[in-house]
Amino acid sequence: MAAQDLSPRKSGGYDWPAIIKDLIVTSIVTLLILVPIVAYKSVITQYSLTLEPRWTLVFTILAVILATRLFMYLFVWTRAPGDALSGKTSSAQRAKAGFTDKLGPWVFPALVAFAFLLPIITGGDRRSIDLGIYILTYVMLGWGLNIVVGLAGLLDLGYVAFYAVGAYAYALLSTVYLPQWFGTGVLPWAFYITLPLAGLLAASWGVILGFPVLRLRGDYLAIVTLAFGEIIRLVLINWFSFTNGPQGINVPKATFFGLPFKAGDGGFADFFGIEHNRIQYYIFLYYVILALALLTYFVTNRLRRLPIGRAWEALREDEIACRSLGINTTNTKLTAFAIGAMFGGFAGSFFAARQGFVSPESFVFIESAIILAIVVLGGLGSQIGIVFAAIAIMGSFELFRELSVFRDYLPAGTDTVHFRMLAVGLAMVLMMRFRPRGFVTRRQPTVFLKERKAVSSDLVKEGHG
Amino acid sequence: MATAEKTPVLSVEHLTMRFGGLTAVSDLTFDAFPREITALIGPNGAGKTTVFNCITGFYKPTEGSITLHHGDGRSFMLERMDDFRIAQHAKVARTFQNIRLFSGMTLLENLMVAQHNTLMVASGYTLGGVFGSGNFRRAEKAAIERAKDWLEKVRLIDRADDPAGDLPYGDQRRLEIARAMCTSPRLLCLDEPAAGLNPRESEELNKLLRAIRSENDISILLIEHDMSVVMGISDHVVVLDYGQKISDGDPAHVKSDPAVIRAYLGVDDEDEDALAAEAIAEAVGEKS
Repeated sequence: MAAQDLSPRKSGGYDWPAIIKDLIVTSIVTLLILVPIVAYKSVITQYSLTLEPRWTLVFTILAVILATRLFMYLFVWTRAPGDALSGKTSSAQRAKAGFTDKLGPWVFPALVAFAFLLPIITGGDRRSIDLGIYILTYVMLGWGLNIVVGLAGLLDLGYVAFYAVGAYAYALLSTVYLPQWFGTGVLPWAFYITLPLAGLLAASWGVILGFPVLRLRGDYLAIVTLAFGEIIRLVLINWFSFTNGPQGINVPKATFFGLPFKAGDGGFADFFGIEHNRIQYYIFLYYVILALALLTYFVTNRLRRLPIGRAWEALREDEIACRSLGINTTNTKLTAFAIGAMFGGFAGSFFAARQGFVSPESFVFIESAIILAIVVLGGLGSQIGIVFAAIAIMGSFELFRELSVFRDYLPAGTDTVHFRMLAVGLAMVLMMRFRPRGFVTRRQPTVFLKERKAVSSDLVKEGHG
Repeated sequence: MATAEKTPVLSVEHLTMRFGGLTAVSDLTFDAFPREITALIGPNGAGKTTVFNCITGFYKPTEGSITLHHGDGRSFMLERMDDFRIAQHAKVARTFQNIRLFSGMTLLENLMVAQHNTLMVASGYTLGGVFGSGNFRRAEKAAIERAKDWLEKVRLIDRADDPAGDLPYGDQRRLEIARAMCTSPRLLCLDEPAAGLNPRESEELNKLLRAIRSENDISILLIEHDMSVVMGISDHVVVLDYGQKISDGDPAHVKSDPAVIRAYLGVDDEDEDALAAEAIAEAVGEKS
């Protein structure tokens, strides 16, 4: 039922016969679907199985569908046929593009300002700060993966492995190795010492993953990276003597540059002469992840404007042409993997500090899938799009936690939290229908002579892997 | 040949390329000289693009050697080098039969990518660039100037900030040549640069190639089917048929070479009858 083809509007008025015809067809199709599924409910009584008719429900659903469709005809699908071919639409689209372009430079500063003020706006509300930390972690992971998938065009399904490397680097260094090497005096500084090390370790694992997959493309690359993610997780589970296996590791909290967040003498609150409150630690963590995410943003942005970043994008566009211009595609791919992994490692290290506990369970494949979904939903290569995608996906996860208010209306024993994957699925389906290239599809050129014109997504390639 | 005294830029010796049982190129020997345009022509499937792919390292030749000489005495054995090293160190640039531009990047970006290796060194392999070193900024400015210069030469400067994929076909061909030239090559290999161009555009292309030859210390090797391009601009023509060289010389010589005429136009009916008669006579002779 392609609504636009039915030409509901004829020069000003509505084409009522066409609309009514469509509504009749819609009713028939709806009833065909609803009657077998909804009209009768099987009820098991003590002695027999009976059918309970539910015609009211059927007609309620039908009425809602027809009303929605009529609404769409009257207010949304009002475009006259042939518009798509005439110049009208394209000029309208151009105007719209001009509007978003004008708005474009303000979106990011506005988001950053909002992020900075969030703890103040919410008045130190623990839940909203937690949600902020949660979303920012995924924004950062999305930005890291964006280097590999969005810029270099290499599909990486095992990104969570680097997150795991970062988290375990913090856990193992702060609990075992740093005290062993430098004594316990170094412990308050563990987070700050480990953070760069975690990034380095993750980057070297990125290179280690990069080597065997250099010659692979497309599906093969995706499968090997997927396997790599699983290998890391299985090693973490099974190498008991090193990682403590599935029982995980308790890790110490991060400190404010050596000042622990605790009540009493020598703590953060004591030092600044304020009252101790647990929320201070969460606000501190919030600003740490905000700083890390902004670091990721600015470094990536800078790299895009350097030869290495242009080589990544050129690699996504055409690998053979890159080689014909003397670009070492091996090194280019490895640097993309390494730098993407490094940011994953930073985020992992932060994750360990926030959770206070790491175990292999946190690094399952679904995490990689969610991060990839954020990158794809945001629009490959677009950093702003990823912010919105992370808010949409992680926010909807939280929303489903909140949905428990509907519990009374749902069958007994339904846990709305289990519906959260449905949200991702729905988001993906809607996206494929309405914005197949993600929220932000236009590519910003890295260098320009006279004016920076965004490149339409029709021309930007998605890479071969 | 007048060019016999000069040292060649490129010498291909006994080049053979086999794919399984198929011999695409067999025992090919030819030279290309500085500031000359060498055309590689031949009927479809004669192995021209295979020769190109061997020279630019995309294929490893089965036998033979390909040597590139820089004027300063350095020489490179191309058959032993990786494709990107050939472009980077031996300074061989190429274009493709089916254009391979970075279509989602702007014209300027395309030409900046071509200067990757110079910029990479200037940016201290990214480290200096991240912190915005002056050295890198100067190098980038120079690279933009160079790109601008080439965009002017191929008359695409007005579209510098448009994506390459938006250009019409003929402009894409010219941009690809400009991109190859931005790598400062010693040898420029053009795979059918005039394919799909109208007569006016191919006349323009001739002018551009002549200008490139006279303004740069470069040797141009081109594969072409358009005889107006080949005869109009090349100094030296090598003709291939079924992977073998059947003629080699200046355009006038090649044009009148009976072997070339036979390869392109086929054998006359009379000649064919004569050949058939000869073959029968031979067969009969062997039996008796």
